[in-house]
Amino acid sequence: MASSHGTPPVFNNKVIAWIDHRLPIFSYMEKEYHHFPTPRNFNYFWNFGAIATVMLVLMIATGIVLATNYTPHTTMAFDSVERIMRDVPSGWLIRYLHMTGASFFFIAVYIHIFRGLYYGSYKSPRELLWILGVVILLLMMATAFMGYVLPWGQMSFWGATVITSLFTAIPVVGDSITTWLWGGFAIDNPTLNRFYALHYLLPFVIVGVVALHVVALHVHGSNNPLGIDVKGPQDTVPFHPYYTMKDGFGVMVFLIIYAGFAFFAPNYLGDPANYIQANPLATPTHIVPEWYFLPFYAILRAIPNKLGGVLAMFGSIAVLFVLPWLDTSRVRSASFRPIYKWFVFVLVADVFLLGVCGANPPEGWYVPLAQIGTLYYFFHFLILLPVLGKIERPLPLPPSIADAVLKKNAG
Amino acid sequence: MASSSIPAGGHVDPTRRDFLMVATGAMGAIGTIAVAWPFINNLNPAADTLALSTVEVNVAPVQVGQAITVKWRGKPLFIRHRTPEEIKAAEAVPMSELRDPQTDNSRVTDTAKKVRPEWLIMIGVCTHLGCVPLGNNPGDPKGEFGGWFCPCHGSMYDTSGRIRKGPAPLNLAIPGYLFTSDTLVRVG
Repeated sequence: MASSHGTPPVFNNKVIAWIDHRLPIFSYMEKEYHHFPTPRNFNYFWNFGAIATVMLVLMIATGIVLATNYTPHTTMAFDSVERIMRDVPSGWLIRYLHMTGASFFFIAVYIHIFRGLYYGSYKSPRELLWILGVVILLLMMATAFMGYVLPWGQMSFWGATVITSLFTAIPVVGDSITTWLWGGFAIDNPTLNRFYALHYLLPFVIVGVVALHVVALHVHGSNNPLGIDVKGPQDTVPFHPYYTMKDGFGVMVFLIIYAGFAFFAPNYLGDPANYIQANPLATPTHIVPEWYFLPFYAILRAIPNKLGGVLAMFGSIAVLFVLPWLDTSRVRSASFRPIYKWFVFVLVADVFLLGVCGANPPEGWYVPLAQIGTLYYFFHFLILLPVLGKIERPLPLPPSIADAVLKKNAG
Repeated sequence: MASSSIPAGGHVDPTRRDFLMVATGAMGAIGTIAVAWPFINNLNPAADTLALSTVEVNVAPVQVGQAITVKWRGKPLFIRHRTPEEIKAAEAVPMSELRDPQTDNSRVTDTAKKVRPEWLIMIGVCTHLGCVPLGNNPGDPKGEFGGWFCPCHGSMYDTSGRIRKGPAPLNLAIPGYLFTSDTLVRVG
């Protein structure tokens, strides 16, 4: 383990040496992003943290530029967005990048979370790293929710009405809390204004939590597809150039797919109802959130009780917080857990099923399907994980990463 | 890997790696500029601002000796229908007396080279520190030279809008304008 107060690094450039002696940003970068020993057996699932960071920066850049032209007043919000689309130079591009960027930010983060679930990245000593990640997810969901309200379309208004109305389910204080949230008796200008202020603020809070997330990661280093600890330098490669280049390549591929949507199908992932100005007196036939909220929306509607639905929806994220303690297995990676491995895929299928249910009106087959989906979701986390860890017989773990990699190449 | 022998002079042939590094760096630079450009261009004036950058004024109702002020690109535009006395006074001033020498003739020529000395069209912003000079409205002080008087620091402009006295360094600016008909002038 490298000590942080060993021999100080020597820089040939005098200016850099002068700065570093007073504020060691250069030696910090050298240590954490150049020499940092990283497991040599990463697969492309490990790319998505970097991809998510790139998307965060992109969302902030496009968002700030949009803010120079957006007006957060109910009488002008919709028109200001249309002005951005039609009159502002490159406005259409910045707006579509921001819109599509939100979707791709969630795609990257959901794949990143899947990696964590499959390879046991949430297990000791990375529990807090995982929890910080769930905090980031929550902040992202709040930011995305408020951002979607800003264009003041029909879906903006009515989606916001439905979700903020959830708080009326809280007994005794529910109505007061909801009025407090709204700043009035319904979603109106005060709500729009405060959502704008918070939507501008939260991304920077996310940046702060991401910084903590990365610092926490660097304490014990990254997990790896085998889930076994790094035993020595033969198990690792320096972060630069191996993973700077690999991540760079992965980011490029991701950005190509992202650009494909942003330029050629920017409205594919959105709802056309949001191109109609908000009308507080006319509810659209189907109120649907953006795709990344659909599974949670399905869980909300699956429980026939109003308060029960709200608790289930928040509960579905709450279980993620305690995941490190729910899973009792001592083996990290699902590659060595022959039974658990399949249940992870079942969970993914379940989340997709819930997403489909969320996209459709709660009628016919979608009702029991959503209920089964919700049931399985909570069964997976609250019953399956604790039990499976105790009764499953894992496959034998390889002695070390280097061993496994070399054996694979030799065979 | 390309093998390269080192000749006596010490120069090494560029390797494939060198080529890749330079090519990647160049593509990266081009890519960065391509991404940065829409963000920077975004701050340029939008279509609605540009639409207001040209204004067409019907000057038929402006009587001889009368002046009007029109808003153009956020600033006042002075249009004065000069009297023959004002024109003569402007043409009589020798260049040596002017801080910013300009003939009256050159100040009343439109972009199609047509000279109409009775129409003086200027941007009504004092070239000193940006106040709007008085002299366009009836009853306004016109200064000692019969043109315009800036109340902020005392600059005085003559009947051709040229600076004659006071701290302003330049004459009142003439925008590009075109008489599209006898009574219609397009500015900007």
